[in-house]
Amino acid sequence: MDITQIREQFPFLKEKVNGHDLIYLDNAASSQKPDRVIRRISRFLESEYANVHRGIHLLSERATDAYEDARRELAAFLNAPSPEEIIFTRGTTESVNLVANTWGRQHVKAGDTILLTEMEHHSNLLPWQHLAREVGAIIEYVPVLENGAALDLEAAKTLLAKRPKLFAFVHVPNTLGLENPVQELCWIAAKSGVTTFIDAAQSVGHQTINVQELGCDFLACSSHKMCGPSGIGALWGRKELLSAMPPFLYGGEMVDRAFYDKPAIFREPPARFEAGTPPILEAAGWAEALRFLKAVGLTEIQQHSIALANQAAEGLRSIEGLRIFGPEVRQSGIVAFSLEGVHAHDVAFFANERGLALRAGHHCAQPLMRKLGSPASSRASFYLYNTEEEVQAMIGILKETVAFFRG
Amino acid sequence: MTAPVDRELYQAVLLQYSKRPINFGPMEHPTHVAEGHNALCGDEISLALRIEDGKVADAKFTGSACAICTASSCIMTDAVKGLSPDEVDGLAAKFRELAKSGIGENISKKLEILGGVHQFPQRVKCAVLPWETLVTAMENPVIQD
Repeated sequence: MDITQIREQFPFLKEKVNGHDLIYLDNAASSQKPDRVIRRISRFLESEYANVHRGIHLLSERATDAYEDARRELAAFLNAPSPEEIIFTRGTTESVNLVANTWGRQHVKAGDTILLTEMEHHSNLLPWQHLAREVGAIIEYVPVLENGAALDLEAAKTLLAKRPKLFAFVHVPNTLGLENPVQELCWIAAKSGVTTFIDAAQSVGHQTINVQELGCDFLACSSHKMCGPSGIGALWGRKELLSAMPPFLYGGEMVDRAFYDKPAIFREPPARFEAGTPPILEAAGWAEALRFLKAVGLTEIQQHSIALANQAAEGLRSIEGLRIFGPEVRQSGIVAFSLEGVHAHDVAFFANERGLALRAGHHCAQPLMRKLGSPASSRASFYLYNTEEEVQAMIGILKETVAFFRG
Repeated sequence: MTAPVDRELYQAVLLQYSKRPINFGPMEHPTHVAEGHNALCGDEISLALRIEDGKVADAKFTGSACAICTASSCIMTDAVKGLSPDEVDGLAAKFRELAKSGIGENISKKLEILGGVHQFPQRVKCAVLPWETLVTAMENPVIQD
């Protein structure tokens, strides 16, 4: 992986903050876009844009081609058996809500259990809590071990043996720098006949993902975290599950036959779940991002991000009163930490004045951060365009921050 | 490289308050209480007031917040002592305007420094949170047994 060549492809790196180079370490919130994705979107708008699946005219044909090409591209990226198992949504959050409102309402009944983990992002927590309240189901949580070092696998086995209706869990959490053993967990779940839903927002585009190898039933991801545009994500689901699910949103495109006086007949997936005009130009941009990531190499991207996170963790440990959440050795490109005596919001503000973009707050995981005893923490998250020099600069800025506030 | 502007904002007076906060701690027998939190960054404060004879006799806060929110809580709890409820509301409105627009008259030096936050839109909510909590507390008398 030639980092100089990669950085040349990201225009945002030319930006300055108070005369400082911009160091973007907020990739777990969203990633930046390479030139070719930006150009693809503008080219699409210039010469290929129209609504999809509707017009018998040139531009509609081109737009439909681009949109369906994105579906094929993503199916291949996830090694899904068929592009028809890819449903485009607005993002991971909508994908979770889709399954909760369709499969969930069909299968989860009063007294049933939904199993989650204590490390879920609000997006994979609140839709299930809402469903449970509505139907009278129970939610159980697989605990995290001390300091968020790992998921408690023994507890997971015990809870799965009680045969919950669904086990929804995150692959790579956005705070802890760890990777959950999805394959093992899905295998254990399958033995008990438990349906599995994976929140892969933080892992697709950051490492190789193969849904058939993982053995899950549903998987959700977002384009914007993998160099693609915001406003589009996807749900992958096994064909037999998707085919048996009722629609999520109702409207154009998702219906086969509509009447005044009798119930409509809906289309087969994926159309059944894509009511209205979909995110067309976003799909064209996302497909380009997927081609870009594939060309760079997913394994290389993963190794690069983890190496930087480990380098960062090592440097951070030299700062007194700094606590890093998660395992000793990083399993993803994420490092979240709290600094004794300095509030995370002050850290992020001070860092920004020096060109360093960090995330501060609860990272949309309020119950987890509360459990870890730190309502607010700082987070650095790395991706393919970050460098060792940027990690060094971050450590320097954080040392300066500590000196200023503790002074 | 330009000199970081945050030093002005966090000048000694604010930093001093956040390191050694005044009026910080629980209050026995408050007459008015409220909790404020900033869902975006994780500031959480609890405010307690004791109003006696139509005036604020005491004001204290607890919680976990950033330097600006903590300093704002210190300065505010000091500033409201001795004021009537109407005067408290007036001061809260005046400060919120100052923090958002930088415009304000007849304002103490300390509040003026705090008002410097208007140059940093993303920090305005940190400075304003205690004052919004104050307004909520004034409307929230503790029910006496």
